[in-house]
Amino acid sequence: MDVLLRLKRFDPERDADPHWEEYTVQADPSDRVLDLLHQVKWYQDGTLTFRRSCAHGVCGSDAMLINGRNRLACEYLVKDAGTEISVEPIRGSQVIKDLLVDLDGFWEKYRSVMPYLVNDEVPADGKERRQSPEERERFDDTSKCILCGACTTACPSFWSNPDFVGPAAIVNAHRFIFDSRDQAGEERLQIMADADGVWRCRTIFNCVEACPRGINITRAILEVTAEVEKAQGA
Amino acid sequence: MSLRLPDATATRRRPRTHDLDALVVGAGGAGLYAALELKRDLGPEARIGVISKLYPSRSHTAAAQGGVCAALGNTEEDNWEWHWFDTVKGGDYLVDQDAAEVMCRDAVETIINLEHLGLPFNRTPEGLIDQRRFGGHTRNHGEGPVRRACYAAVRTGHHILQTLYEQCIRHEVAFYDEYQVLDLQMPDGVGGPVTGVIGYQLATGEVHSFLAKSVLFATGGFGKIFKVTSNAHTLTGDGVAIVYRRGLPLEDMEFYQFHPTGMYKLGFLLSEAMRGEGGFLVNGKGERFMERYAPTMKDLASRDVVSRSIYQEIAAGRGIDGKDFVHLDVRHLGAEVLNKKLPDMSGFIRTYFGIEPLTDLVPIQPTAHYAMGGIPTDLDGHALADERGTRVPGLYAAGECACVSVHGANRLGTNSLLDILVFGRRAGVAMADEVRRAPDPQPDAVAERAVLAGLAELLEGMEGERPAVIRAELQETMFAKCGVYRNGALLEEAQADLRRLRERARHLCVQDKGRRYNTDLVEALELGFLLDCAEATVDSALARTETRGGHAREDFPDRDDVEWLKHTFAFRWSEGAPPRMAYRPVTITKFPPKPRVY
Ligand SMILES: Cc1cc2nc3c(=O)[nH]c(=O)nc-3n(C[C@H](O)[C@H](O)[C@H](O)COP(=O)(O)OP(=O)(O)OC[C@H]3O[C@@H](n4cnc5c(N)ncnc54)[C@H](O)[C@@H]3O)c2cc1C
Ligand code: FES
Repeated sequence: MDVLLRLKRFDPERDADPHWEEYTVQADPSDRVLDLLHQVKWYQDGTLTFRRSCAHGVCGSDAMLINGRNRLACEYLVKDAGTEISVEPIRGSQVIKDLLVDLDGFWEKYRSVMPYLVNDEVPADGKERRQSPEERERFDDTSKCILCGACTTACPSFWSNPDFVGPAAIVNAHRFIFDSRDQAGEERLQIMADADGVWRCRTIFNCVEACPRGINITRAILEVTAEVEKAQGA
Repeated sequence: MSLRLPDATATRRRPRTHDLDALVVGAGGAGLYAALELKRDLGPEARIGVISKLYPSRSHTAAAQGGVCAALGNTEEDNWEWHWFDTVKGGDYLVDQDAAEVMCRDAVETIINLEHLGLPFNRTPEGLIDQRRFGGHTRNHGEGPVRRACYAAVRTGHHILQTLYEQCIRHEVAFYDEYQVLDLQMPDGVGGPVTGVIGYQLATGEVHSFLAKSVLFATGGFGKIFKVTSNAHTLTGDGVAIVYRRGLPLEDMEFYQFHPTGMYKLGFLLSEAMRGEGGFLVNGKGERFMERYAPTMKDLASRDVVSRSIYQEIAAGRGIDGKDFVHLDVRHLGAEVLNKKLPDMSGFIRTYFGIEPLTDLVPIQPTAHYAMGGIPTDLDGHALADERGTRVPGLYAAGECACVSVHGANRLGTNSLLDILVFGRRAGVAMADEVRRAPDPQPDAVAERAVLAGLAELLEGMEGERPAVIRAELQETMFAKCGVYRNGALLEEAQADLRRLRERARHLCVQDKGRRYNTDLVEALELGFLLDCAEATVDSALARTETRGGHAREDFPDRDDVEWLKHTFAFRWSEGAPPRMAYRPVTITKFPPKPRVY
């Protein structure tokens, strides 16, 4: 069947402003939106630009605003998207070219929350540290994050205040705050308590809807907020 | 936030140079572990850089699902010698046994170290790292399956990549994200030292010179030479091809692994863990056919055996409805196992096939998965210049792009993640040692100019064909003529196809003429790498007149230990001419070759 693709295009080297362009492509219902973008790029217009790698939802390269919602292009099938599909870059970041945005700020925020285990003590027997299945389960949900940016760039609080650390970074802080092996909880909670930290969350739930990994992000943010309050003795 | 402004004159300006102590190309598990080890060894002041064409967390290590094995013996008796035997047997005795010994012995400490670094392994009720079964891993030299695979849900690779990236951030490794390496710097030519690389910055289109006292290639595999593959679009064999172009050898390129359970037509992997948990294959007549081919290990026999069995069923007309696929049956595993232990795979099945694994049979076909061959190295990651074992000063390789060789003719499941970790780390240690002794690296102006000229030529091209057209034909040829089964006539056809494709690829049409994120140009460059990897694969396969592991010749159906107990080294000695073949004996220290029965 024919699918009409509407793509938001912008190449600052050539264009004054972002604009829509339309392409018709042949597709099967089981094709992914990423396949359609490839069809355009490979056989119609080689200048179309976007990021992608794994093509099956594990690397986090291709978060885009598709039919009005943030999704991974490689996980969204034509049978669900319909025969008219619009694709735009994710919002709130500088568009560099077409569907590809500047992620420097995104990574900077990720790095700012100390997204790593801090614990240099090694058990005396040289073996693994013990952790019960229940302790492990405590941060299982947030450990699924693939850093695609769909949540942060769907968040109205981030759009209105680009300094907000954003849901993705909080999710990655949660991953360590609730890891029984970690020893930097206090420091991390202080970062979260910053003016641009967890308080900026207005529990709008856009992030939960946008997350391709099905992470319950709002719950994670609330859990971090509760820890921050506990630490502050509030 | 910084917006990088376009600059029309960027590539004509003097290239930017970066001076480093050690440089890692590739930010998958192999590269990141090496970088971390370099920092640990040389201290916080050391200038350690990691260049990657993808953001590190996008590397394909993230796609690995099932697990990474080590004989921890946490849930039942196990020891590393059994693992060693399984690896040698799984590799159909083409494994260098000294290398496999190092890998299996170091496995235990390596996995423990990863736990210390923060990896969230699944746990036993006692709080130890949990383990499960995987194909080809056995108790006491083949008596029956053993629980040896350590895992983190079905996201083992994701967590390995994540954990190593996190610790590299913590230890302030310098990352050069979204730079594509296009050549080595070898100012004195072959025989002289490698002193750095030439990188192309995707954001600006600028060419940068990176100088370092030691350089590691950890650029991953090249599954994209095949039509149906579990590999990412970006796994185009860049590092392997760059080394080959420089006249350095590639080892055992004919050994490519086809994983039995790829999703039909899509190629995405349904991990062996699905069979490890009790799933099995059925043909069009509803028979569990693996019982016939591998009476003891059945569906958990090694991958080459299972893939060939599927092809035989299909050839005998016992595919589903006579077509080219069979079914994976996981219905009996129940919701608890499918949703809790195998959630990602169950999700793939639901998302991409729109069927329910609890009630429906899953269509599968073998998918091109893993390169056993690659850049030859010794046990410390030094790249080798020839079949006699001469080292290339300053150059190392680790991970899927390298061939140590621990996998021989066929890799066991969970042994690749182990390989990238053990040998990534060992390369880091050896590199640190070299950094302490090596002289300051000298730039290779010729390489820099050649890269600039190559880019300019591609950017001017308007007349030729689109890279995607040629790539599709390449993938078709390789899958049909150099796949699970091969024979002399088919391989000669593949050779001729490749010659024609290579000729056509001399004139490509790159439509994007811009500087910033010119991914059109990148795909043209990657096509060149793919063609080189394919050439070395086909020529090595044609030369090897036997069947062993992942290399199955219909015209030579038996393993030939008299003639072929040796590794292939393919050299390009002149553009356009077939590669020169040399051979290196297999290192056998403990297990004499025996027929392989599962
Ligand atoms: C779907 C799937 C499932 C798997 N499951 C398992 C499993 O359960 N157990 C197991 O043991 N193995 C598994 N494997 C195999 C294993 O995951 C891979 O072999 C391994 O992760 C490769 O790691 P690597 O570090 O060598 O390369 P990769 O992780 O592929 O990383 C390559 C890196 O090189 C960079 N790069 C490439 N070219 C260039 C260039 N020109 N310039 C700059 N950078 C470049 C990329 O950006 C990337 O960072 C699986 C593989 C697949 C595809
Ligand atoms: S391409 Fe990797 S998540 Fe879509």
